[in-house]
Amino acid sequence: MSIVEFKKVTKRFGQVTILDQVDLSIEPGEKVVLIGPSGSGKSTLLRCINALEEINGGDLVVDGISVKAGGRMVRLIRQEAGMVFQQFNLFPQMTALENVAFGPRRVRHEPRQEARKQALEMLAKVGLADRAHHYPSELSGGQQQRVAIARALAVKPKLMLFDEPTSALDPELRHEVLRVMQALAEEGMTMIVVTHEMAFARKVGTRLIFMEGGNIAVDGEPRELLANPQNPRLKEFLQHVA
Amino acid sequence: MDFDWSVIWQALPELLKGARLTVLIALAGLAGGLVIGAAAGLARAYGNVVLNAIAFVYVELIRGTPIIVQVMFIYFALPILANVRINPLAAAIMAIIINAGAYIAEIVRGSFLSVHRGLREAGLALGLPFWKVLLYIIGPLAFRRMIPALGNQFIVSLKDTSLFIVIGVGELTRQGQEIMAANFRAVEIWSAVAMFYLIMTGALTLILRLTEKRMRIL
Repeated sequence: MSIVEFKKVTKRFGQVTILDQVDLSIEPGEKVVLIGPSGSGKSTLLRCINALEEINGGDLVVDGISVKAGGRMVRLIRQEAGMVFQQFNLFPQMTALENVAFGPRRVRHEPRQEARKQALEMLAKVGLADRAHHYPSELSGGQQQRVAIARALAVKPKLMLFDEPTSALDPELRHEVLRVMQALAEEGMTMIVVTHEMAFARKVGTRLIFMEGGNIAVDGEPRELLANPQNPRLKEFLQHVA
Repeated sequence: MDFDWSVIWQALPELLKGARLTVLIALAGLAGGLVIGAAAGLARAYGNVVLNAIAFVYVELIRGTPIIVQVMFIYFALPILANVRINPLAAAIMAIIINAGAYIAEIVRGSFLSVHRGLREAGLALGLPFWKVLLYIIGPLAFRRMIPALGNQFIVSLKDTSLFIVIGVGELTRQGQEIMAANFRAVEIWSAVAMFYLIMTGALTLILRLTEKRMRIL
């Protein structure tokens, strides 16, 4: 069974159609890389999956639950679909450890000690055990993003959504985030990643989707598509990115 | 003229009594004002159309009329309209509650809305209900930003209690007025009354400073 299934999903902001009857199925274990020019709808598509954006038409089923089911059901979807944001969005009043323990504690209702233990394990996993008691403002961008990944993972999601996770980072800080993401992919996590990192798409992605004007224009195997793009718009886009 | 300290000395017990009542009105009024203000502010920021409209009308009604008219209304007009008896102290406290509540509502609204939108999304994306996002994530950040503005409002409300002289509440200003009417020592009495207010607002400022120091604004 697909873990994410778009059925003729339409999303509009006012008069503007951002997603135009999108059909898309994603299977467990896939590492989908979403690319496309700005305004093509790739971030919106991602944000519809965990219902941060409400869809206007069609249906979208995540792990067996429709995003239109509302309230508690939507919260269940969000617990199964962890999200990492371009701007990290760490809670500034909490240390790295508190940020990561927050999900287990407040969402999964783990006892305090257990939540801390899990959080420490997650921080160790992203290589930041020694930064547990630092506040976000005391961490570099790359470290903040790794804490954000740990925070999302700590809720124990079945899939992870990454919304341009390295776009706000200096080039030399990107690789540390990408390395963590690659390790996660190697563990078998289902991942949907909006990014401009073509090297990551080639190395880690199992599927590349090129979006344009609210539609999926190209959908295929990343290495093939990147080596030999047939679609003229994808070809043009790749020239601009590279 | 010569400043006669013994006048102040003699007036001290009465003035202290008045100051105590001033503190009581201000504390009870601000406690209630915080509750009303938080509710109205959150309704303005996040409420549906109906809640938002109610809170909006309340805030505009109170901000648009003088507090002295409000207390007159509560003390003299409300008993006629609602057929209830209200004692002056209750009217005074009620006036501070509804008056401070309206200003605090705007402070609450502004500081909640000033918190970066991404944090709300991050909280929701973890699978929390919205009220928990407000309680655990946005609220603590917004509270830190409220402190300077709240301090301002506390001081204003504390001094506003002096207006309740018009309904005969024996607060500090009223006590000063009564002593002055008996001994005609305006300079000594009003200097002493002013000092009392300064001490109270000074203490309030100090408490706020300490609170602010303990909580970094993020």
